[in-house]
Formats: sequence, structure tokens, C-alpha cells
Amino acid sequence: MKTVSLILIITTLLQSCTSKQDHKLPILGNREAIEHQVNGKTVVDTVYQTVPAFSFLNQDSVQVTNKDFNNKIYVADFFFTSCNTICPIMHRNMLKVYEKFKNNPQVKILSHSIDVKYDLPSRLKKYANKLGVQGNQWEFVHGSHDAIFDVAAKSYLVAAYEDVKDPQGLVHQGWFVLVDKQKRLRGAYDGTKEDQVQQMMVDMQTLLNEDEK
Amino acid sequence: MRNKVFCFFFSICICCSLLQSCENEQQLTYKRYYVNGKGLYEQYCQNCHNADGTGLSNLYPPLTDTLYLKQNKTQLSCIIKYGLTGKIKLTAKEFEGQMPAHNELSDIDVAQLMVYITNSFGNKQGFYDASTANKDLKNCN
Repeated sequence: MKTVSLILIITTLLQSCTSKQDHKLPILGNREAIEHQVNGKTVVDTVYQTVPAFSFLNQDSVQVTNKDFNNKIYVADFFFTSCNTICPIMHRNMLKVYEKFKNNPQVKILSHSIDVKYDLPSRLKKYANKLGVQGNQWEFVHGSHDAIFDVAAKSYLVAAYEDVKDPQGLVHQGWFVLVDKQKRLRGAYDGTKEDQVQQMMVDMQTLLNEDEK
Repeated sequence: MRNKVFCFFFSICICCSLLQSCENEQQLTYKRYYVNGKGLYEQYCQNCHNADGTGLSNLYPPLTDTLYLKQNKTQLSCIIKYGLTGKIKLTAKEFEGQMPAHNELSDIDVAQLMVYITNSFGNKQGFYDASTANKDLKNCN
């Protein structure tokens, strides 16, 4: 009996060790195989999709670019301030993420408004204040119609579009997209589901640990 | 004599059961309103006001302010149906923004929502029927 329990304990310990080390987040998005020559041999490298350069105005009317996200992991999403469908749920959940990683210089949040006509920086500032967000760790950004809808579809693979049939005229998905320090997409979580957002917070920690190695 | 006593007890029994069934009927109506109200709440209110009625930060007011809900009982139906624009002063803090109207809600929908909201999240105001909703909706500010 004693030996059996000892074996059990050892195996579980070992297993917990290996599973921790092995756990790595997948790399999402499009990928390309690129061949190049190294020492006369053909080597195939996988090139993953990365978030290309962007430039928007944040809630303080300050320009925010991809450079502000260098050496940081971040979560991107799409919303608008007058949205009363999924946005309140998304940002109720995102607020938990913000509280958890508050003042961590390696973590940022980037919320794009798709209501480019009304959500000017002043309105985004009001929204951020009411939500209880200070500083610029969580950026609420305003951009031109084409720029915003373009990054949604191409950079983060999130569907967002204008729809005359919708009561609010705007439709978007509630994904929280997790981006690593190399600007690769490492996770997509349904921002309206509490358990998925919990998982995202775990994965964000995994990603931070991965970068430390 | 024995017959009379029997009759007396029998009638008392009948009266009691009638009364009880009446009460049950009322309770049943209340429960029906409450359950339907919960469904409507999930559909129309929950996104902003949250499943537990706590709202969201300073963006969306909570429905847990028992005092406010009591003092403004006759106006609550109006807010549910016609929305609210501008400032609203709750007991603890002020909110400013816009709550959308839901003109498609009928009197009974509003009443069911009222029963659910004013008897959840720490509130306990009891029953509120469709005819009261109809009356309150005619006297909106």
C-alpha cells in the first residue's frame, strides 16, 4: 500500500512538472513557408502572421502606434461606447483583466472603437473614466473608418461591419485577441464568456513566462 | 345537533381551502410574473445592469439601490419602457448617459420586469400588475 501511494505521488509530481514545461500557446493566423539557403542547404522557415504597423488616436488624443506595444503582450478588441449588446459584457470582463495586470509594464489592452463617427477621443475619455480606467495601459482608440475595419479583418481576424438592418447600425464579434511580444496572434477568447476570459488571464501569464526564458 | 356541528366544521373547512387556493392563485401569478420577468431581464437589461443587478462601474447604474427604487416606484415603469437621458441621482452616486427606450414592451412585459427587478438584488417590493403599469405609464414625467 505504501509503495503504491508513493509511486502515485511521484508520477503525479513528475506529470505536473512536464505538463508545465510543455505548455505553450499556439500561434494563430496565416503562415507561410519560406525557403532560404544556409551553408549551401535549403532550409524551410515558417513565417507567422504578425500585426502590421498602425497608428490611432487614444482617449487622450495622443497618437498610439504599434511601437507603443513593442516588448509587451496585449489584448485587442473591438467595441463602441453606445453599444448595449455585447460590449458591456466584454468590458465588464476586460475590467477584470485590467485589474489583474494593472501597472504591469509588459501588459497592455487595446480597444478599437468601430463607431468612428461618434466615438471621438473626448467621448472615449469619458467612457474610460466612467469605467474606472486611468492612465494609458488600456488604450481606447479612434481611427478612420477604413483603418479600423481593416485592422479588424486583417490584423486581428475579427469580423466587424456596418449593417443597416441592425438597430445600432454596427455589428462586431466579441473576440479578445491575445498578441505576443513578436506581435503574433497567440489566442482568441470570447470576451462575453467569463470562463474564456479566465482562461485568457492564465494564458497571458503563460505568455509572460515564455518570454522570460 | 350532531348534523349541525358537522355542517359547521365542514363549511369552515371549505372556506379555509377556498381562501388558501385564493392565496395560492395570487402566489402563482406572482411567480409567473417573476419568472417571465427574469427572462425579459436577461433579454433587455442584463447586458448593462449585470446578472446580479450591480451595473458596471460608473457607466451603468446598479439596480441594488433599494431606497431609490422605492422612492421612484411610479417612475420605474417609465424608465423601463421609455429609457432615460441625462443625469440620474442614486443614493450613493450620480450617473450620466443614455438608456435606450423599449417601446415594443407591452404593459404586462413592463409589469413582469418590475416584479423581477423590484424583488431581486436585495429589493422586496412585492407584486405589481399590468393595470398598475398601464396607469404608471400614463403618468410619465
